Amino acid sequence: MNTAALADLCYRMADDELILAHRHSEWTGLGPILEEDIAFSSIAQDKLGHAQALYTIMHAHCGEPEPDVAAFMRNAEQMRCSHFVELPIGEYDFSLVRHFLFDVAEYVRWTALIESSVEPIAKLARKIHGELKYHLYHAQTWMVQLGAKGNEESHARMQTALREAWPYALGMFEQGNHEQALIDEGIYIGEASTQERWTAMVIELLASSTLEIPSSTEAHLGGRKGYHTDHLQPLLDEMTEVYRIDPSATW
Amino acid sequence: MATILSLDPRVTRMNLDAEQSAPAEPKPALDQFQTFEVFHQAKSGAHHTHVGCVHAPSPELALLLAKEQYGRRGQTTNLWVVNTRDVVTMAADDADVFATTPEKKYRDVGAYMVRDKVDAFKKQMNEGTTE
Repeated sequence: MNTAALADLCYRMADDELILAHRHSEWTGLGPILEEDIAFSSIAQDKLGHAQALYTIMHAHCGEPEPDVAAFMRNAEQMRCSHFVELPIGEYDFSLVRHFLFDVAEYVRWTALIESSVEPIAKLARKIHGELKYHLYHAQTWMVQLGAKGNEESHARMQTALREAWPYALGMFEQGNHEQALIDEGIYIGEASTQERWTAMVIELLASSTLEIPSSTEAHLGGRKGYHTDHLQPLLDEMTEVYRIDPSATW
Repeated sequence: MATILSLDPRVTRMNLDAEQSAPAEPKPALDQFQTFEVFHQAKSGAHHTHVGCVHAPSPELALLLAKEQYGRRGQTTNLWVVNTRDVVTMAADDADVFATTPEKKYRDVGAYMVRDKVDAFKKQMNEGTTE
């Protein structure tokens, strides 16, 4: 097994899930209505679970540190998350649009990984498929609700958020350092194919939303190489504050 | 302007005015979503059981939100949501149509004194087989 290529893929995916889980959890207790607060928090927990499962696989198969150490003891430049997940939560419109664009990509990735040559990854992909279906259903339903069935303000807010999020969303498909190996060895389909499937699915799922899909191809890159926005370090400080007081503590 | 400093960094980030004395503006009446009744099915083939309700702007969103409120723990195979307005119900002051029902013991299984007869029958059957 090409452990370097596998770790490269897993860190990109796990760090995205971890950081977005933390961002989503910032809504806990502050969500727009009780029911949505609980649903969004649940989705955040699921994302954290995906990250943990990926760190666990890397620990078992790639010689990477324990999941808690991998998640909480790395500095910003060691993180491989995209700029998209680092951005502050903004208002609920932006958080929903990011949730939608990210989760379409997440669904595309994990669906492709069912066919991965790496069995632990393929097994995980089969296990969480239902969960991802729900996340996607949740995100798409809100996009259509606020885009087509809401009012002028909700439509305008969603359209603006979609336009702002788009170049960051495209940054999710920045390649790692082992792209060709991942494709050649059947571990993963690669970022170009992922983006192609993502674009088709975004268009399909937003068909009834009346939202206009941006055509811009500009992408915010750098996250996969360890170059991040200024938003990441404060998030890491806050997220790891308790863990770093005593990393040897058992919980 | 002095802002609220909280142990919760999310609250601190909101830059809420610490000196604010005027109460928040009252919300307009009926600004809430409608409600949907939720029915939960624990096993395939089992009855859907009423478990509560959710606020939502549409049936699709009601189902979506019901999944987390009522299907996030334990076993679930299916959920139904029904707009509360679509539930046909009796008027509260018509409850008297049931007033005399508790007296109609002959409709309760427990009201039939058949235990003695059943025991006698069993005894008879047992004697029959041992002969």
